[in-house]
Amino acid sequence: MSPSSFPGGLERKSTSRPAEIPVRITVNGQEHRLAIAPWTTLLDVLRDHLDLTGTKKGCDHGQCGACTVLVDGRRIVSCLTLAVIKDGAEVTTVEGLATNGVLHPVQQAFIDHDAFQCGYCTPGQICSSVALIAEGKATTADEIRELMSGNICRCGAYTNIVAAIQQAMASMDGKP
Amino acid sequence: MIDFDYARASDIPDAIRQIAADPNAKLIAGGTNLVDLMKYEVVNPTRLIDITHLPLNTIEETASGGLRIGALMPNSDLAYHPLIEKRYPLVSSAILAGASQQLRNMASTGGNLMQRTRCFYFYDIATPCNKRVPGSGCSAINGINRINAILGTSESCIATHPSDLCIALAALDATVHVAGPAGERVIAFTDFHRLPGDTPQIDTNLAPDEIIVAIELPPRGFPENYSYLKIRDRLSYAFALVSVAAAMEIERGRIRDVRIALGGVAHKPWRKVEAEAALRGEAPERKAFTRAAGILLQDAKGYTHNAFKIELARRAIERTLTQAANGTPQMQAIKKIR
Ligand SMILES: Cc1cc2nc3c(=O)[nH]c(=O)nc-3n(C[C@H](O)[C@H](O)[C@H](O)COP(=O)(O)OP(=O)(O)OC[C@H]3O[C@@H](n4cnc5c(N)ncnc54)[C@H](O)[C@@H]3O)c2cc1C
Ligand code: SF4
Ligand code: FES
Ligand code: FES
Repeated sequence: MSPSSFPGGLERKSTSRPAEIPVRITVNGQEHRLAIAPWTTLLDVLRDHLDLTGTKKGCDHGQCGACTVLVDGRRIVSCLTLAVIKDGAEVTTVEGLATNGVLHPVQQAFIDHDAFQCGYCTPGQICSSVALIAEGKATTADEIRELMSGNICRCGAYTNIVAAIQQAMASMDGKP
Repeated sequence: MIDFDYARASDIPDAIRQIAADPNAKLIAGGTNLVDLMKYEVVNPTRLIDITHLPLNTIEETASGGLRIGALMPNSDLAYHPLIEKRYPLVSSAILAGASQQLRNMASTGGNLMQRTRCFYFYDIATPCNKRVPGSGCSAINGINRINAILGTSESCIATHPSDLCIALAALDATVHVAGPAGERVIAFTDFHRLPGDTPQIDTNLAPDEIIVAIELPPRGFPENYSYLKIRDRLSYAFALVSVAAAMEIERGRIRDVRIALGGVAHKPWRKVEAEAALRGEAPERKAFTRAAGILLQDAKGYTHNAFKIELARRAIERTLTQAANGTPQMQAIKKIR
């Protein structure tokens, strides 16, 4: 049975511990076949199973955006995403943004504008910004702020984050 | 989180069969509310039925000129859908006033209707809460109740429904299409959510063995005169203290039809047909709006920390109706309230 066509009705008694479930997830272009318990979040798969610790766990309840990654090109919070549901998905994390050692324009812009202090929210901010630019719904600073409101920065680097996004947007000219 | 089984529904009948067979099972769509509640052990299903592969993520035009929105349509795709933006901008605006872009990308239309209250005590399993544990008592009535309801409350529960989308859907007279073992039925939006009464553990009139398959919008979307105004403790990414969805049709300087629905104030989107009737035929002016607000809030009752919501709601209603009448809807990215 191919893991991506896991059928309905996993037959087992609920008194015993549920079986681990086969899941195929492609992260930053590399395919992984895993067997995971159904309660494992995508965030925990990335950090604990695949050792991709760039994605951060802040609140673990969808309230801060530190765990933002792209799933099939869309930004989501990985802490509220059960990995079994994303069987077959393509995930991009902050580790997958640079190409051949050259930083993604958004990463470079965050450095140019000093758009962080402690850096804990930064991987989430950067993934979120990459998606924001691809979505193409924000042009003004007000719109950037509103559509980035799902990423909290406890250090308050917001002003520089907006400036970084504006630079990246201009340099990318709307291209993802 | 407690251990649970996981199963994927292969089609709608299979989803219904699985949910009907196991009272401890839950459907999972975007997971943004359910996974959160499971982490806090507020909701403890022993089995999750994954409905994300069902073909319910389309928008279709109906024969009567309305739209049928599949229950799995993500909130973000719904908000930005060209037909919604053009014909039902109130729906777009309400969605974009809620949560964050990440969450809107995950959250489904059906799940948004079914999200549970954000009452602090509901989330805190160390405290009594009639909604979480029937008969245990309501901690909010004499506790911290700043975010709780002022309308339609009961001795058992003063929780609010937290959705923004639902306020717009209630204003527009949407209908909810549900399917169960006995087939499909249609529920009027304002009949979908319940008042708490003495059974606050039951949020909606969806039966435990039913699933939401679609939301239908009637032909009239009020694209010219509408506004969604959300007042909250921070400017974005926070639940409403008070929100107002207003939609209007103006003909020769008079209000021909009007809809007003309130969020953040009750266990369900709050509408009062008497307030709307009082505005029909009137000139769209402040005096009439104040009168309508009075009717909507007639039975409002404040608790220790939330009595401010009554005055806040009155002003928000007046303001939102003014924005709708002037054709200057609240912009969700621009925080200035005109
Ligand atoms: C930090 C945060 C902030 C938020 N802010 C806002 C806000 O400001 N405004 C707002 O409106 N919302 C807000 N939300 C809530 C969010 O909109 C809801 O969690 C979301 O809409 C739920 O949809 P879902 O698909 O993720 O549901 P799930 O979490 O998958 O499911 C929720 C419930 O619905 C049931 N369900 C799902 N689909 C169906 C179906 N088709 N038929 C029957 N039952 C079904 C599930 O069994 C479950 O009980 C916020 C959430 C978070 C985490
Ligand atoms: S208001 Fe309702 S949800 Fe909140 S504590 Fe009371 S019973 Fe529970
Ligand atoms: S860790 Fe996921 S939103 Fe905070
Ligand atoms: S840089 Fe410290 S939280 Fe954002």
